[in-house]
Amino acid sequence: MRAWYPYPLFSIALFLMWLLLNQSVAPGSIVLSLFLSTLLGWVMVKLQPSQSRLRRLGLMAGFALAVAADIIRSNVAVARIILRPRGKPANTGFMTVDVDLENENALALLACILTATPGTAWLEYDRRQKSLLLHVLDIDNEDLWRRTVKRYEAGLKEILE
Amino acid sequence: MNHLTDLPPWAAILVCGLLLLGAAMTLIGSLGLLRLPSFYDRLHAPTIATSGGTILICLASMLCFAVLQSRWIFHELLIIFFVTVTTPVTLMLLGQAALYRDRVKERSDVPRKPKPAAEPGSE
Repeated sequence: MRAWYPYPLFSIALFLMWLLLNQSVAPGSIVLSLFLSTLLGWVMVKLQPSQSRLRRLGLMAGFALAVAADIIRSNVAVARIILRPRGKPANTGFMTVDVDLENENALALLACILTATPGTAWLEYDRRQKSLLLHVLDIDNEDLWRRTVKRYEAGLKEILE
Repeated sequence: MNHLTDLPPWAAILVCGLLLLGAAMTLIGSLGLLRLPSFYDRLHAPTIATSGGTILICLASMLCFAVLQSRWIFHELLIIFFVTVTTPVTLMLLGQAALYRDRVKERSDVPRKPKPAAEPGSE
């Protein structure tokens, strides 16, 4: 099975995506999506992504829920900052956080989460010094952001490493 | 468009609410692009539109067509997924480009590039 599907999760995701896009479970689309997910799984071998094993699905669900809650909260917070009167501009700034993640996939996930959350933007990660440069819209709460990043780091470490 | 009159009132109200809320989020994100003073600040504004706005509008669309055709509809989830995964990549590239440019110009309000650890205190 491994020889046919070198990246099983990726192939399953592609299979489901194709069915969703077509919105049908007719035999024809199932055959086509099986073909596509097998073929593209082989293409991925050429790209050689670093592989990590997903463990503890329960933890993953909890982590996803926590991220969703954070995104909703910071949506409201950033909307408030934007709608502030011109006299009181937001106090923005750069900050560095020490992040000790080796796994490439965990780093990529952390980058996506932090940038997708309004209020924090990922700028640079220094691999040697293991420090991450962020730009935040509300620098007054620097400690809060630091704790949030640390929490994500711990969560990702548990899931991926 | 006439099919929309078949929508029962409870669904119509819910769909309306979600749509208006999503549109408001997107508007606030665009306003942010207009109002925030520096480039780095403006990096934050579009994420409101892509996270809050897109999700709410897609939920409204899912609900509306699910009720109309009385079956579950999931392919809007793909829109949410791809928008959330791809926007950060663009924003990160823009942020890094801005950082690079500002460092070359030696602007003082931008953090310096961290010194390599191999040569501490060589200056």
